[in-house]
Amino acid sequence: MAMTIHVDIVSAEQEVYSGLAEMVFAPAELGEVGIAPRHAPLITKLKPGEVRVKLNDKESLAYYVSGGLLEVQPDVVTVLADTAIRAKDIDEAAALQAKARAEEMLSDKSGKYDYAVAQAELAEAVMQLRTLERLRKRGS
Amino acid sequence: MAVGKEIRGKIASIKNTQKITRAMEMVAASKMRKTKDRMQATRPYSKKISQIINHLAYANPEYKHPFMIKREVKRVGLIVISSDRGLCGGLNANLFRKVLNEMQEWKSKDIEVDICTVGGKAANFFSIINAKVIGQVSKLGDIPHQNDIIGVIKIMLDAYASGEIDELFVVSNEFVNTMTQRPVIEKLLPVVADKDDDSLRGTWDYLYEPGAKEVLDHLLTRYVESMVYQGLVENNACEQAARMVAMKSASDNAGNIIKELQLVYNKARQAAITQEISEIVAGAAAV
Repeated sequence: MAMTIHVDIVSAEQEVYSGLAEMVFAPAELGEVGIAPRHAPLITKLKPGEVRVKLNDKESLAYYVSGGLLEVQPDVVTVLADTAIRAKDIDEAAALQAKARAEEMLSDKSGKYDYAVAQAELAEAVMQLRTLERLRKRGS
Repeated sequence: MAVGKEIRGKIASIKNTQKITRAMEMVAASKMRKTKDRMQATRPYSKKISQIINHLAYANPEYKHPFMIKREVKRVGLIVISSDRGLCGGLNANLFRKVLNEMQEWKSKDIEVDICTVGGKAANFFSIINAKVIGQVSKLGDIPHQNDIIGVIKIMLDAYASGEIDELFVVSNEFVNTMTQRPVIEKLLPVVADKDDDSLRGTWDYLYEPGAKEVLDHLLTRYVESMVYQGLVENNACEQAARMVAMKSASDNAGNIIKELQLVYNKARQAAITQEISEIVAGAAAV
């Protein structure tokens, strides 16, 4: 049997996933990281994006996180997400809407909107959509 | 019949009171279910983050964050979480008594206390006893948001960072079960391992991305926020449970009083009837 690592994904509202996995991929601030069992201890911030939990060669789970923290101990990975949603549950319409809204805000140069807020919102919406697309490609 | 008019009035007024307490009991029961769910939903997060903090305390970090260094204690910060409303038994009173005891102890050691209050009852209480309140937030409602308490937490964290306070505690009620709530004082800062023993300390350190300071700043702030928030939602559940129990015993008491008064009233009425009959009989006999 392949080596496994215990994975806990919790968001501020609930426990999202807890169980064993072969590998975990997460969107760290300096680029995506892949955590295999016996990884060196690590703490990093997360960007909005997809956390993938590879259960075995065939199965893997995908979650969308809007940012948070990742802690790695040799045998435990903990993802503290600000919000985490099962990727399947992302409401595509809501994501598209948010994206449109953010783009509109960015194009509006009248200075009514906070540029940084709009950019963060856009990044989040785009990441949600990308997670969905990737999931769909894998499914078909 | 004019017998026992006052008693009847009293019974009616107690019945009204009982209606109110019974309604409050039922409202509190349904609210308790919701607040309890909310408390349980946020528990995993605060549990995990305190686990990570504990790991961190046992690590041997190259960069020592100010929040992790023990200092000589001259002044402590307290975040006291209470309910906004009363009528919930001894919930708040017990909490404040615990705080007062601690404060006395600190005072005997010449340690001063700064207080931030969450909830209306704490704000009232600590302004009455002239404690030094440096931050205050209340009227958070049944669904508190994390944003609501960021203000008081920032005050405390800034005070800690600038060296004004040397320890930070959070005080709130712990939800044991529906019948029991326990006031607890928990130390948040500085973060030190449970057993402060260097031999237990690992020789390893985390990798920090992007930088140790940035990550630890974020992590420790999140830690304090989530612990205070957890205290708040837990205190909310306690408040509803305590109110439910208090209102239940109030309704029961009202029921007992009504029963007793009814008995007195019936006796008086019976006595009046008996007297009337014996008067009539005596009158008839005299004729």
